[in-house]
Amino acid sequence: MSGTENQMTGAEIVLQALKDNGVEHIFGYPGGAVLPIYDEIFQQEDIQHILVRHEQGAGHMAEGYARSTGKVGVMLVTSGPGATNAVTPLQDALMDSIPLVCISGQVPTSLIGSDAFQECDTVGITRPCTKHNWLVRDVNELARVIHEAFRVAQSGRPGPVVVDIPKDIQFATGAYTPPSAVPTQKSYQPKTQGDLKKIEEAVALMKSARQPVIYSGGGVINSGPQAAHFLRELVELTDFPITSTLMGLGAYPASGKNWLGMLGMHGTYEANLAMHDCDVMICIGARFDDRITGRLNAFSPNSKKIHIDIDPSSINKNVRVDVPIIGDVAAVLEDMVRLWRAAAKTVDRTRLEDWWKSITKWRARNSLAYTPSADVIMPQYAIQRLYELTKDRDTYITTEVGQHQMWAAQFFGFEEPNRWMTSGGLGTMGYGFPAAVGVQVAHPDSLVIDIAGDASIQMCIQEMSCAVQYGLPVKIFILNNQYMGMVRQWQQLLHGNRLSHSYTEAMPDFVKLAEAYGGVGIRCEKPGELDEAIKQMIDTPAPVIFDCRVANLANCFPMIPSGKAHNEMLLPDEATDEAVANAIDAKGRQLV
Amino acid sequence: MNAHLQPTGSAYFIAKETELAETHTLSVLVDNEPGVLARVIGLFSGRGYNIESLTVSETEHEAHLSRITIVTRGTPHVLEQIKNQLERLVPVHRVVDLTVRAAGLGHERPIERELALVKVHGSGEHRVEALRLADAFRASVIDANIDHFVFEITGKPSKIEQFIAIMKPLGLIEVCRTGIAAMNRGPQGM
Repeated sequence: MSGTENQMTGAEIVLQALKDNGVEHIFGYPGGAVLPIYDEIFQQEDIQHILVRHEQGAGHMAEGYARSTGKVGVMLVTSGPGATNAVTPLQDALMDSIPLVCISGQVPTSLIGSDAFQECDTVGITRPCTKHNWLVRDVNELARVIHEAFRVAQSGRPGPVVVDIPKDIQFATGAYTPPSAVPTQKSYQPKTQGDLKKIEEAVALMKSARQPVIYSGGGVINSGPQAAHFLRELVELTDFPITSTLMGLGAYPASGKNWLGMLGMHGTYEANLAMHDCDVMICIGARFDDRITGRLNAFSPNSKKIHIDIDPSSINKNVRVDVPIIGDVAAVLEDMVRLWRAAAKTVDRTRLEDWWKSITKWRARNSLAYTPSADVIMPQYAIQRLYELTKDRDTYITTEVGQHQMWAAQFFGFEEPNRWMTSGGLGTMGYGFPAAVGVQVAHPDSLVIDIAGDASIQMCIQEMSCAVQYGLPVKIFILNNQYMGMVRQWQQLLHGNRLSHSYTEAMPDFVKLAEAYGGVGIRCEKPGELDEAIKQMIDTPAPVIFDCRVANLANCFPMIPSGKAHNEMLLPDEATDEAVANAIDAKGRQLV
Repeated sequence: MNAHLQPTGSAYFIAKETELAETHTLSVLVDNEPGVLARVIGLFSGRGYNIESLTVSETEHEAHLSRITIVTRGTPHVLEQIKNQLERLVPVHRVVDLTVRAAGLGHERPIERELALVKVHGSGEHRVEALRLADAFRASVIDANIDHFVFEITGKPSKIEQFIAIMKPLGLIEVCRTGIAAMNRGPQGM
C-alpha cells in the first residue's frame, strides 16, 4: 500500500465500492480468478457472502433478493465456467428487468486471448444478455466502473450488468473514488418524467371511454411502492377494471373489487374478454408479450391504446399504440391521478354501467373452475389451501416454470407488490428455489415458499445444501404429478398426444432427499390430510421439501391456444378430449 | 368455447409481413469505448436486422466520440425498432435516421459518399481506355506501372458501382470500398 489514504488494491476497491453502494449480501462461488476478492471478503464483516452450490443458483438468488426488496442483487463468480454458468440468470434478469450486478473474475490481463486455464470471453458471451458490461483493464478505473454498474443496473428499465475483473487488476494498487465523485456516462440518462401533453391526451381518452381496461405489468413493481400506490388510486378514482400480466401480480390487490385476474394465455375469461372488447386500453409497465396478446391481428381490435413505459423501444414493438408515454410508472401515474382529479367533475360515472354488467356476466362463467376430488389432491386445490393457510402471514411466493406456475398465478391471491417472484420472460425452470433462498436472506423472519413442479425443482435442487448451511427455512411445495405437465399439455394439444419424454420414470424420493441434505421432508397424498401437512410445513423452522402428490393428468385451463384470439379461449368445462385434440390444426403444428 | 372454429394456431404467431421494406441511412453517435462496435453489430444480428453498409471512425478525439453510419433495410416498423433499440445501448448518445430527416428537409436523400480503390490491369488499348474513363469519372491514379493502375474514386455509391462495372472488361483486379459516409444538407448538425 502506498502512502495516500485512498490507495487500495483492486480487491479492496471491489469491497469498498460494494459497501458504498449499500450492498449487504452477495451470492457467489469462489475460484482461481476471484481469490483476491474472496480474501478481502474473509477479512471484513460488513457484507455477508452466501456460498451457493452452482453459479446459476447465485444469480437466481440475487434476482429473488432484488425482486423482493427493490434493491440491486449482487453475484460474484469466477472466470470461465463460473461466468458461463451465470448466463442463464443474466438473461432471465434481462427479460424480467431485474437489477443485478454480476462481478466476475478474469484471467490476468497478460493472458487474455491466450486460451488460458478457465478463460472465456466473458464480456463477449454476456454482451447480448446484459444491459451493459465492462472489462476493467486499469485498477484506477475499477471504482468508477462498479459505481456506474450499479447506476445502470437500477436506473431506467432495470437489468443485469457484468463487471469482469482480471486477477492482476485485483492485486494491483490504485486510487479509490467514492460514488459521489464519479461522473456518470453522459450517453445514458434515462428519462423518468412523462410528457405532460401526452398524459393530458391519455386522460381525455380515458374520460370518454365507455369500455376501458387497465392492463398493468412488471414495470409497476419495478418502479417501486409509489407506483403501486398511484395505480390503486387511479383504479379507485376511475372505477376502471384492471388486469395484470404474470409479472405484475400484487401491484393491485387480488381482493380488490375491480380486479379481473391475470390475463393472457392462462388468464381468466373476464380479463381476456375485457381486453378483446375494450374501447380504451391503458397499458402500464407491460410490453405486449406474445403470451399476453395471442394472435396479434385479432388483439383488442377496437381499442385506442395508451402505453406507459420507461423503455422507448417497448413502444410500438409488438402492438401499435395511440398514446405512448415514455417515463417512470410512478412519475407518470402521479401526474395522471392529479389530472384525473382535476377533471373528475366532468366525468360521467354512469357511462361504465353497461361495461360492468358485461364483466359481471363474464365473471359468472367461473373460468377457473375445476372438478374437485375426494380421493386425489387436485393441484388447484393444493394452491388454494396453501393460500388460505398462509394469507394472514408475512408470506413470499416464488415459482419454477410450468403448470404449477400458472396455477399459483391463478389461485394464490397477491395483495402487495414484491411478494411474487417468478421467471416470466425467459421461463427458467430452476429459478424458483434459489430465488426463494435469496428472498429468505433478505427477509429472514418471513415465510418463503417456492411453489414447484417435480421436474423444475430438480434443476437447482443442490441449493438445499446452501439453505441448510445458512439456516434459511425455505419451503419447497412440489406439485408432484410425475410429468413435465406443461410439456405434456402441449403435446396433447399439438402433437397428437404422443408424450415424448415428458414423463419422469425415475423420480427421487423427495422426503429422503430433504433428509439427505439435512432438511425436513413431508409427503401428502390425500386431500383430507393436506391442511395438517401444510400447517406442519409452515411450523417447521428448517428447509422443507413438501412432496404434494397431485392428480397426474390435470391440465391448466383456461387457455388461449397459441395463435388464437382472446375470445377463442378453451375453458375448463369445454376442454373435452375432442376439443383439445382439435384446438390447433395441422397447419398450425407445422409452424411451431 | 370456440373449439369448433377453424383453428389457425401455432406455438408462436407468425404474421405475414405486408409492409414494404425501405433502405435508410442511420447516423449513430457513440462513446469510443472498447466493444461499442460489437454491441451495435450484435444488436443487428441478434434481432435479425440487415446491414447493407457500415462505417465507423472516431470523429471527436477530445470527447472520445465515434460516428457510425449504417445503411439498413426494413419495413417502417422495423426501422423504428432499430432506432429505438440502438438508443437503448448505454454508450449510444444519439441516433438520427438521415433518410427521414432528408425527407423532412425536402431532399430526396442525405449526402452519401464513398471512397473506393480500384486496381486494374492495364496494357495496350485497354490501358488508354481505362485512363480515359478514369478521367471522365474524376478518379485519380495513385499507383501505376507499365501494366497496372490503382485508381482512387469518391462519390455516390451508384457512381462507384458504375465505374467498377466499366472497369471489369478492361481488366479489373480488385476493389476495396470504405462503405458510406453520410450527413444531411443544410446548416444543422445531427
